[in-house]
Amino acid sequence: MLAYYLGLALRSLKRNPVLTGLMVLAIALGIGASMTTLTVLYVLSGDPLPGRSADIYYPQIDPRDMNGYQPGGEPADQVTWIDGMNLLRAHRADRQALMTGGSVPIQPTQANLDAFYADARYTTADFFPMFEVPFEYGTAWTAADDEHRARVAVISRKLNDKLFGGQDSVGRTININDADLRIIGVLDAWRPDPHFYDLYQGTYGEQEDVFVPLSTSRDLKLAHNGSTDCWGNGAPSQDKLEQAPCTWLQFWVQLDTPAQATAYKAFLVHYSQEQKTLGRFQRPPNVRLRDVMQWLDFRKAVPDDVRLQTWLAFGFLLVCLVNTVGLMLAKFLRRSGEIGVRRALGAARRAVFEQLLVEAGLVGVAGGVGGLLLAQLGLWLVRRQPADYAKLAYLDPVMLLVTFALAIGATLVAGLLPAWRACRVTPALQLKS
Amino acid sequence: MDILPILSTLRRHKITAFLIVLEIALTCAIVCNAVFLVNQRLHRMDMPSGVAMHELVQVQVSTIGAQPDAAARTQEDLAALRMIPGVRAVALANQLPFTNSSTNTSILLKPTQTQPTLNATLYTGENVSRVLGTRLLAGRWFQPDEYLDFATATSNQQAIPDASRIVIITRAMAQRLWPGENPLGKTFWLGNRFNVRVVGVVASLIRPSLYWGDNSAQWSMILPLRMTVGQGASYALRTAPQDRQRVIKAAVAALKKLDPKRVVTEQRTLDDARAEFFQGDRAMTGLLLGVIIALLLVTGLGIVGLASFWVAQRRRTIGVRRALGATRADILHYFQTENFLLATIGIVLGMVLAYGINLLLMLHYELPRMPWMYFPIGAIALWLIGQLAVLGPALRASHVPPVVATRTV
Repeated sequence: MLAYYLGLALRSLKRNPVLTGLMVLAIALGIGASMTTLTVLYVLSGDPLPGRSADIYYPQIDPRDMNGYQPGGEPADQVTWIDGMNLLRAHRADRQALMTGGSVPIQPTQANLDAFYADARYTTADFFPMFEVPFEYGTAWTAADDEHRARVAVISRKLNDKLFGGQDSVGRTININDADLRIIGVLDAWRPDPHFYDLYQGTYGEQEDVFVPLSTSRDLKLAHNGSTDCWGNGAPSQDKLEQAPCTWLQFWVQLDTPAQATAYKAFLVHYSQEQKTLGRFQRPPNVRLRDVMQWLDFRKAVPDDVRLQTWLAFGFLLVCLVNTVGLMLAKFLRRSGEIGVRRALGAARRAVFEQLLVEAGLVGVAGGVGGLLLAQLGLWLVRRQPADYAKLAYLDPVMLLVTFALAIGATLVAGLLPAWRACRVTPALQLKS
Repeated sequence: MDILPILSTLRRHKITAFLIVLEIALTCAIVCNAVFLVNQRLHRMDMPSGVAMHELVQVQVSTIGAQPDAAARTQEDLAALRMIPGVRAVALANQLPFTNSSTNTSILLKPTQTQPTLNATLYTGENVSRVLGTRLLAGRWFQPDEYLDFATATSNQQAIPDASRIVIITRAMAQRLWPGENPLGKTFWLGNRFNVRVVGVVASLIRPSLYWGDNSAQWSMILPLRMTVGQGASYALRTAPQDRQRVIKAAVAALKKLDPKRVVTEQRTLDDARAEFFQGDRAMTGLLLGVIIALLLVTGLGIVGLASFWVAQRRRTIGVRRALGATRADILHYFQTENFLLATIGIVLGMVLAYGINLLLMLHYELPRMPWMYFPIGAIALWLIGQLAVLGPALRASHVPPVVATRTV
């Protein structure tokens, strides 16, 4: 029966190529625009640590003075050196890492390469196992290396390709800011998007090329980049940040069960209370413990413009659908005579309705194919934009399926009213003339 | 033209008429808001910078390892840069407009305030205001002996002499701090420990980063602090617009010659920095314009389709009217008026919808209220599109011969 309906639908669509073309074009444009923006939104709101993001938390405490204090406000976005070190050494979580970002000058030993700057991350040993960072060669450093301010570095695969032609460079040295560091590990391809653990370095930016123990980075006076928020005596110079009343570090913990998370939050309140008693903190305890996705949501990692574009595209799709409803209604009612004959010959109203919906579905399939092509074109245009997220805009199998489901579903919905109207024509009236 | 017969006809085709009205209303609402958004973005990209945009270039160098005797290195650099032919002025600035990296501080009118009055950015560097080309409206520039070294000043704020506790601010910041008053001679506090006295007011100077919102874009001040190389500072060079590329090359070469161990971390014209700064707005404008055109196109084609169907359906009626004496022009006008009526109903609904969408956007995207002048834009666009779209089918209708009336279909 379906084959018969399909045949009928094809014949009917071919009879009015212009009207059919208009419907397919409208659906394709609407679907193309919606899928382009939806794909960008989907890629940008992705989970940077699939399967683990719910166990990774970003603790926040409030060490600032009473200036600008508002009850119920948000605590500081980052931590000070002293609090970071205290929380790190408390070892209350399964894993914990303190970190900040920077940019370091690298002097290659090869004569044909000029000195250049590379993005760097200064962090503590748990960073690698906690975020499950993959290694191509070697390993991460240990807590003892952190303690001893070891002159070691982990580099990215990209930097390893550039400096050592992709060979196993473990054991070789790299000159960073005039100091020689021993390479102990080379990362495999790794790029969590968004760059969740430090959104100050660009939300969808490139991964760092150099990883150095935080303690070593302070020894070598490696410059820190990103946000530094100070109160009291204002901003000190970079090498005095340890003692300064400034937040400039990110602190992440891994807590494997909800019970541990609850306990950790209580610990943060207790810690704040203790610091207040000691006179270091002035504000009442104000803590947050957000997991990765909550943190990204709170910091509004997905740009507003991308959300706005998605709304705009769906508004456009709605207009395209209303347009299709109108055109389909015109098309179906024009065939009132034919439908009247079929009804008179015994076709049930339901059968006519089904037949017309098959025709609508066929328009949906054609619109879906067109929409897919337009979405690919749209995403290609997005990728040509200079925005840092642009390069991520690719259609994956999930979005491919969504495209077709949306196209066919939307067209079927658009076909309901016209099909219902058309199948209600009175056979006698149509046969009279 | 009598509209009563049109209305009675439309009443017999409620669904189709309703669909056309709905489509026009939706399109009108989206187009109004999209045009408003486009205009907002264009306006934003046109934001005044207060500096000589087309005459400035930025060159930033970083030293590998510790910089010995940074002050002497800075003086040598500045002297070498001034020697470059075509360079009119050079300054070492802590930050430059549109570079997205900035130093900011809370401003208090009284040290006892618990909530800061505003948050403003802080430009430092010898002669930076004059090299950038900011325009002095009132008061004076800093005197050479009022400058202090940045590092000295920040390491011990209490030791800063009164003569150097002075500041130049923008007019916008002055108006925000003391509305309607003369700001010269007034003092305010940076945080709650350090106060400064206003000695000059410049017309405008944009902040390097608009993280705090566009409303505070002009809240900038200049302090009499001398920068040295490092500390994230950049050289700002002023030159003729056509010399900029040459000056960048010459400046990089001169700086590298003085110290080959340095790495150039930034070299660009300020115009390029500005273009990069607003790239998101530019992309959004393009996208919005694309959607506006696509929407009008789809709506127009939809009207063509439905009007064609209507004409085909009413061939007999048209034939009868023609046989009864209606002229071709009468038939043409009939369809044109019908479309005008539908468009008008759609536009009225669209206005209400446009207002609603604007309210939603205001709630979620910190957009201002849409001025009333945007409503007629959508209305005119849709009337035009409607009339254009219906013209073809209406002309076809007017060519239906009266003889059709006598035939049975």
